[in-house]
Amino acid sequence: MEKKIFSDIEYNKYLNKKKLMGSKCKKCGSLFTPPRPICIDCYGTDMEWVEMKGTGKLAAFTCISIGPPFMIEEGFDRKHPYCVGVVELDEGTKVDARIEGIDPARPETIKVGMPLAVKYLHRKKKGEKLTYLAFEPV
Amino acid sequence: MKKRKLGRGVAVIGAGMTKFGMYKNKDSKDLFTEAFNETIASVDKGFDPNEIEALYLGNFSNDFFVHQAHWAPMISDLIGLSPKPATRTEGACASSALAFREGVFAIASGFYDIVLVGGVEDMSKVSTEEVAEGLALATVPYEGRVGFTFPGVFGVIATAYFAKYGASHRDLMNVTIKSHNNAPFNPKAQIPFTIRDMMNAKIERAKAKGRPAPQWKDEIEFLSDLSANPPVAWPMHLYDCCPISDGASCMILAAEEIAGNFTDKPLKVIGIGQGSGRGFHSAKSLTSFEATQNAAKEAYGMSGLKPEDIQFSEVHDCFSIAEIIHTEDLGFFKKGEGYKAVRDGLTRLDGPIPINTSGGLKSKGHPVGATGTSQLVEVWKQLRNEAGERQVKKKNLRIGAAHNLGGTGGTCTFTILERR
Ligand SMILES: [Zn+2]
Repeated sequence: MEKKIFSDIEYNKYLNKKKLMGSKCKKCGSLFTPPRPICIDCYGTDMEWVEMKGTGKLAAFTCISIGPPFMIEEGFDRKHPYCVGVVELDEGTKVDARIEGIDPARPETIKVGMPLAVKYLHRKKKGEKLTYLAFEPV
Repeated sequence: MKKRKLGRGVAVIGAGMTKFGMYKNKDSKDLFTEAFNETIASVDKGFDPNEIEALYLGNFSNDFFVHQAHWAPMISDLIGLSPKPATRTEGACASSALAFREGVFAIASGFYDIVLVGGVEDMSKVSTEEVAEGLALATVPYEGRVGFTFPGVFGVIATAYFAKYGASHRDLMNVTIKSHNNAPFNPKAQIPFTIRDMMNAKIERAKAKGRPAPQWKDEIEFLSDLSANPPVAWPMHLYDCCPISDGASCMILAAEEIAGNFTDKPLKVIGIGQGSGRGFHSAKSLTSFEATQNAAKEAYGMSGLKPEDIQFSEVHDCFSIAEIIHTEDLGFFKKGEGYKAVRDGLTRLDGPIPINTSGGLKSKGHPVGATGTSQLVEVWKQLRNEAGERQVKKKNLRIGAAHNLGGTGGTCTFTILERR
């Protein structure tokens, strides 16, 4: 049995291993991504880890020209915007993610509703491995 | 929902604010001093500051912006209030609306009779990138981690809204143009110019420098020109975003039964609501702010009023799309109708429900911790018929409101004031 607590730290460790995980309430069946330790539908605390299929559709997006320092370090700027969005997973929950495999400089070509599949972006930050959730068109 | 009520009536008896702007030579203390002095002077029958029993001060992130925290006691000392209690409230861009609420509750409980509430923020001493980083401290971690910025969050909301209701960036331009049309009449506005003023100034500057003058036939064409209005977080462009600002604002609250000692025109707090939101991952809808809806429900419930009873309102337009969605969530318009209402002029100064007569955050400025009470300062000016050229010209103007949003919708408030 999993003993891992339903925390952001454990969620991120799973992302490092290319697993997109949520938590499911054993009492009422509600599913949450990222995982929650307390079910906000029934206040149940008996949760279990569930792996998501990693497919969904684009619910909304933006193409950012002026990013935070860590995105500027990756080489993004006004001439090279990046796309982030909200993805509605096939399981019905939502996650925030980078959107890849599209042209962020031509946002009019990116469509809400387009089908997407998960990919993982690994980066090193101060020697520590970080994984960012990303999706790309199927 | 249970009907909310205050233990006893609370009234606003004085209000003031600085002009918002980017001040190289003024810090938070200087700004608050200005707002405080104007507030004291605004009390009709005179006011001895010694009567203030406590201070509630909204400040979001001077800790980050000027590397100094714990502002409530410092401001309290500045205005001669110490050792009386001073409390800082933090709700990101809604910090001073929370200070106002705490002040109302303190008086309604019977504990104090007179309190000072307000807010201050000093944002312009760091670079634009640092401001962006500082504001992003109030995004939801899952969003910040993948590179969301504040404009990015509202860009996402805009694409969701466009997809659902068929609106476009052009519809957002109408919000910007409308708010800026009010700004030249507000002496406290950071950008007291219409979009047409700014467009013409650019043409004149080009001519003066001997460069080919840009040809824009109207504001829409100007705002559609990517060289004049570049994207920040598509579809949020430069003119969809409020500026970086420094400023302060404050108000004196008093128990209703003694308000008449200070003014014959007190404003009664008749509705006060707050809500909290979730990030996108947990939001029921990407085209509504649950926190705003909850704040509205509380405030309407307490006042017994309906949206159509509100005669004008300040609405938190940190980004153009935000104003449209809030006007729907507050019940002024049906869901999906807000952008049409702006297009049809319903929210203009002379429309049936004027929104952001002050020029809004977009043109008045947005020193985040000072914004909430500054919106209520505008309601104060309007309800007392002191708004000059931007005065709402309705018969029997009695009821005005202000809606404040913090972060990416994590904290929202809605406050309704009535002139008795
Ligand atoms: Zn449950």
